[in-house]
Amino acid sequence: MTTLTKTEDSPAPTGADPFLSVRDLYVRFSTEDGIVKAVDGLSFDLERGRTLGIVGESGSGKSVTNLAVLGLHNPKSTTISGEILLDGQELTGAREKTLERLRGNKMAMIFQDPLTALSPYYTVGRQIAEPFVKHTGASKREGRLRAVEMLGKVGIPQPQTRVDDYPHQFSGGMRQRAMIAMSLVCNPSLLIADEPTTALDVTVQAQILDLLKDLQQEFGSAIILITHDLGVVANTADDILVMYAGRAVERGSVKEVLQSPRHPYTWGLLGSMPRLSGDVEQPLKPIPGTPPSLLNPPPGCPFHPRCAYTGEVGGDRCSSERPVLPEGRGGACHLTAERKQSIFIEDIQPALG
Amino acid sequence: MLQFLLRRSIGAVVILILISAFTFFLFFSIPQDPALLACGKNCTPDAIKIIHQNLGLDKPVPVQYWNFMVGIFAGRDFAVGHCSAPCFGYSFANNQPVWNTIVDRFPTTLSLTVGGAFVFLLVGLGTGMLAAWKRGTAVDKTFSSVSLVLSSMQIYFLGPIVLGLLVYSTDILSSPKYVPFTENPGQWFVGLLIPWIVLSVIFTANYTRMSRSTMIEQLQEEHVRTAKAKGMSSRYVFFRYAWRGSLIPIVTIFGMDLGSLFGGAIITEQTFSLAGIGRLAVESVIKTDLPMIMGVMLFSAFMILLFNIIVDAAYAWIDPRVRLS
Ligand SMILES: Nc1ncnc2c1ncn2[C@@H]1O[C@H](COP(=O)(O)OP(=O)(O)O)[C@@H](O)[C@H]1O
Ligand code: SF4
Ligand SMILES: [Mg+2]
Repeated sequence: MTTLTKTEDSPAPTGADPFLSVRDLYVRFSTEDGIVKAVDGLSFDLERGRTLGIVGESGSGKSVTNLAVLGLHNPKSTTISGEILLDGQELTGAREKTLERLRGNKMAMIFQDPLTALSPYYTVGRQIAEPFVKHTGASKREGRLRAVEMLGKVGIPQPQTRVDDYPHQFSGGMRQRAMIAMSLVCNPSLLIADEPTTALDVTVQAQILDLLKDLQQEFGSAIILITHDLGVVANTADDILVMYAGRAVERGSVKEVLQSPRHPYTWGLLGSMPRLSGDVEQPLKPIPGTPPSLLNPPPGCPFHPRCAYTGEVGGDRCSSERPVLPEGRGGACHLTAERKQSIFIEDIQPALG
Repeated sequence: MLQFLLRRSIGAVVILILISAFTFFLFFSIPQDPALLACGKNCTPDAIKIIHQNLGLDKPVPVQYWNFMVGIFAGRDFAVGHCSAPCFGYSFANNQPVWNTIVDRFPTTLSLTVGGAFVFLLVGLGTGMLAAWKRGTAVDKTFSSVSLVLSSMQIYFLGPIVLGLLVYSTDILSSPKYVPFTENPGQWFVGLLIPWIVLSVIFTANYTRMSRSTMIEQLQEEHVRTAKAKGMSSRYVFFRYAWRGSLIPIVTIFGMDLGSLFGGAIITEQTFSLAGIGRLAVESVIKTDLPMIMGVMLFSAFMILLFNIIVDAAYAWIDPRVRLS
């Protein structure tokens, strides 16, 4: 049971027909050890031109969710149920040919490590041109010209010559730029960036995020930015979805989630991230324990083994009853809204500096 | 790329010089006098002495080695006649320069090995990739279990069985024999068919299993997933992205197999009664024809090094990281 009163903040904008709508998504892998419940009843919406940051520790199901949107899971070992509506079109259970036409075209993905995500055997230019040639029916020559154009757009110097280079001849930051060029070559309306800066050093990270923002202005894409670092979404995203153990535990606008978070897990993430205020006096506090195995997730609230507030909730509800995440703004936690607010203001906020 | 090949070739030349020096000093310091062979039955000490002088065998071994090496590039004159470059010495057992015999025998071995290799590479890659494409289906399982059985076969075991089946008891084919390709391509093909089949049966299984497993591995690579995420079709992803990566381990093994085919030519040629380089090696050992043994050894070493260089060039062609490093 959740207590949501009218005094809560205004919910994040949700239109009547969101551009991307994920409803009750379940993704399960059958493995030798059993069934991995990687995504467990996830719902979220995304509007055109907006950026949704999906945040959570490694292993919380962020990548699996987004690979499901693109339909990239191996159908033999994966069971997917729920609804993924892109611009009104149902993607779960869609035919492979239908998905092929959408991938790289209407929806595209940037992967974490551009070194392994680009093929070492083909030139950067060819890899950028391929989806363009396939989806627009352009000639090879036009594809190449387009690749040069895109490399220029993402800030690669001398794109006319670099287009014939192989990925190993690029630096890490340039490779990620090339990857971005590749994903944007067909002007996708949905761009999924899966930890696009995790493999890069800090100065390059900021450049890549700026580049994404600029390109979003130009192309007007909706972006899903996956990260384990709240700091990354703080500067880049409009909305935040916090994921834990394959579920959404909190959602709201960036401002709402950062200023009045409503889930102990989000508090933990805030406490373990470098201070936005730049205050180095306050020590970082990693969340104790590790994320649960998704082979056998804890019953009730999956965060309860690591949560310091189970005592504040009556009885054994935390370990027996699964808290629901309300539509719009909210957190999936049994604590009352008032209690959450007072804990955050009294205990958490002072420690954040 | 050119620089890379040049570097490899220089390395190969150095190795060849070392091998030649080593074998030369080994052979020519054993107490077996090649002049005895040339001298025949009514040999007198004087006759042997004259032969020694004629062949330069009276000179110190290092000088003989020098003359030998010079002869390879410039040719030599023996009392028995001129031996034009490349001169690998004179064989008394055959009464002609060593090189002439090698040139005579080599096409047989080349046709045998390269032809066989071509077949097993083609069939092995084809079945392996099909198995990977149809992973987990009946096709995959059939290929995998058949290749498991076949991969434990040996030439000297399988060869006689196939000969017995196709030649002696059914007359479907006649005994293997070598007809030069330039003379009659049809007979060249038919004559070598049985050895090719046998070699293929033995080697194909390896390639089936290997190309299957490397393809499956490659299909799990991240860049393969990226290609799918771009909307490229499964077929395109399979043949362009995964296949390219699976070539490296296959080329590696292929280079080794070419070498062992060549080195194993002795057994293959013996099994099918073909007179190639392998057979020549056996004959010259039996006759203690030292110049011939020396020539065959050097020539084989050269061929194996050549295969290695070809394999390295193939790496560079496949993988730009090798080519452009
Ligand atoms: N193909 C798969 N088969 C089995 N388990 C998987 C597979 N892909 C991911 N998982 C598991 O699903 C969970 C979520 O993974 P993932 O979405 O990659 O996490 P992250 O939030 O770090 O992106 C992890 O426990 C991972 O081990
Ligand atoms: S439901 Fe209970 S265990 Fe889960 S976050 Fe809230 S207080 Fe903690
Ligand atoms: Mg991930």
